[in-house]
Amino acid sequence: MDKVISFPKLDNYDIPAFYVLSHISSLKIIKPSKITSKTIELGSKYSPEFVCTPFKYTLGTFIESIEKGANTLIQFGGGCRYGYYGELQEQILKDLDYPITLDSLIIGGKTDIKRIIKIMKSYDPSIKLFKSIYYTLIGIQMIKYMDRIDDYIRLNIGFEINKDSFINLKEEMLNDFSHAKGLINLHRLYRKYYKRFKKIPINKPKDCLKIGIIGELYTLMEPSSNYEIEKDLASHHIQIKRYTNVSYLLLKKRKLVKKYLKKLKNIKYRMGADAVDNIYHTKELCKKHYDGIIHIKSSFCTPEIAVMPIINKIAKENNVPVIFFSFDTNTSEVGIKTRLEAFYDMLEMRKYNE
Amino acid sequence: MIGIPKSLFYYYDGKIWTNFFDYLKIDYVISPDTNKEIIEMGKSISNDEMCMSIKSYLGHVAYLSKRCKYLLIPRIENFGDNNQTCTNFLAMYDLVNNLFGNEIINYNINLNDNETLKKGLMYIGYKFGKKKSLIKKALNYALKRYNKERKKDILNNILKLKKSKKKVLIISHPYNTYDTFVGQPIIKLLKDLDIEIIYSDLFNKNSTNKLSKKLSKDLYWKYSKDIIGSIELVKKNIDGILFLSTFPCGLDSLVNELIIRKINIPYLNIIVDDLDSLSGVETRVESFVDILNQ
Repeated sequence: MDKVISFPKLDNYDIPAFYVLSHISSLKIIKPSKITSKTIELGSKYSPEFVCTPFKYTLGTFIESIEKGANTLIQFGGGCRYGYYGELQEQILKDLDYPITLDSLIIGGKTDIKRIIKIMKSYDPSIKLFKSIYYTLIGIQMIKYMDRIDDYIRLNIGFEINKDSFINLKEEMLNDFSHAKGLINLHRLYRKYYKRFKKIPINKPKDCLKIGIIGELYTLMEPSSNYEIEKDLASHHIQIKRYTNVSYLLLKKRKLVKKYLKKLKNIKYRMGADAVDNIYHTKELCKKHYDGIIHIKSSFCTPEIAVMPIINKIAKENNVPVIFFSFDTNTSEVGIKTRLEAFYDMLEMRKYNE
Repeated sequence: MIGIPKSLFYYYDGKIWTNFFDYLKIDYVISPDTNKEIIEMGKSISNDEMCMSIKSYLGHVAYLSKRCKYLLIPRIENFGDNNQTCTNFLAMYDLVNNLFGNEIINYNINLNDNETLKKGLMYIGYKFGKKKSLIKKALNYALKRYNKERKKDILNNILKLKKSKKKVLIISHPYNTYDTFVGQPIIKLLKDLDIEIIYSDLFNKNSTNKLSKKLSKDLYWKYSKDIIGSIELVKKNIDGILFLSTFPCGLDSLVNELIIRKINIPYLNIIVDDLDSLSGVETRVESFVDILNQ
């Protein structure tokens, strides 16, 4: 049977993943589809009850891809529990009588290139090492550019004059990125779009509300898992700061955490997943006079739960309001939106009525 | 006076600590068995979503915080790359340090950086002004005594496998199994129904750790591997398995689900919540034993 590859959905990062895989191999690849309520329903149905939510989302996506013909699944994995998802998801899918294999790239927070090469070779023996390295570099560069543009968008999207001008241009850019003809071409595209983004007319008051958004990585990055909280913030004309994205996690985190630990006087050790990062970023947001902090995570996210009391304490000491949201597959959207409204109102009152 | 919370870490290294402190004549006090009051105290300072074992641990810490100058809060990160621990074990020192004002006696276990229990205890000895030679003697004494007792416990556990009674293997973290609020009431129910209890933590950990590979190839949590491996070791000698975890344990939610899908032995899966009353559990345990006796 021919191998048909698929992988989980994480915001738009499936574009660089697809780009790399399709350039280095002749494998058939099925792009993960957008996460819908049906995806979530499917994932929840076959997941253990109190597993963290990304397990359910990615399992649902896998099932949808399998229905479309995929039989070889790649789970990204990671530290905390992410690294153990793969083995259980493979078992669950096999118990459902799907003839699939599933490999995790990162197990227990550790990965080694040799193992990944071995996995890729087992998919397609004709994959060439040099070519793989070249296109992986392009993939990483693409992620960097996407994240840079997103940072700019977050600062300004709440203040656009013409509705959807940022979103529409971003869509155009991603489409062009996915057809990039090499590293240089990709760079040119990035420059071109960067200029165009800068030209989008905005009307941004100097004293606009500024909110920092921190928490668990999947819930932060996948909009469908947080009821598009950033869109909601933008619609209330708020400037958004988010530290977590794939280029941060992939390229910067390792070094920075060491620096953070040195600077944080009340923290001695690394605390699992992105806990220390979030504590540091809380301090930084307070120092930079952000008006409020939103901490979001999936339900049952153990590392974040453990440090929430510390984050709360730091924010209180600095007199910056912080609100915590825990997302599960059955979280009520109305409840979230109501609490957000109240939070915005409170921040506005604090800022403008003093 | 050093306060030792009778929870989590205590059920791994507690006896080594107390032997060590006894020899060095360092004063310590152990918090009482988990009770309603401790749970309530823990809940009042915990985050709602924390697992019940952590809430209980923080309750023990709160109990001691008022009574002792020092608190013993270790941090256990890993025993090598493929033997990590729950992220709560990584965060506990800093969490307690930020929530309570006591001075904390802390050491870290991280075999990747060559930080061991022995080094940790040496450091504590120095901190209390003891001489190096004496600390070394205390360490020897503590480990020897602990190993001797543990060998005896392991032998007893293995001998029980030969008995003719129905035997149930308890798959649960020691801090749950031996806790008076979590494991003990359920174990008593089983014993009252004439069941022999086999403890998953009372086998040679090196061999159970390796055997766990047969059930789960990717598993990278030391304490889960240690107990899960016992299934492979004794599966022919037992009649059933009791999976016991606290709500909502991050590790157990995945590991137990995978193991349950792979084994072919009658099992009962009990998840203890802090609001649980025993009555619901009682019926489930009884019908489980009925199945074993059929």
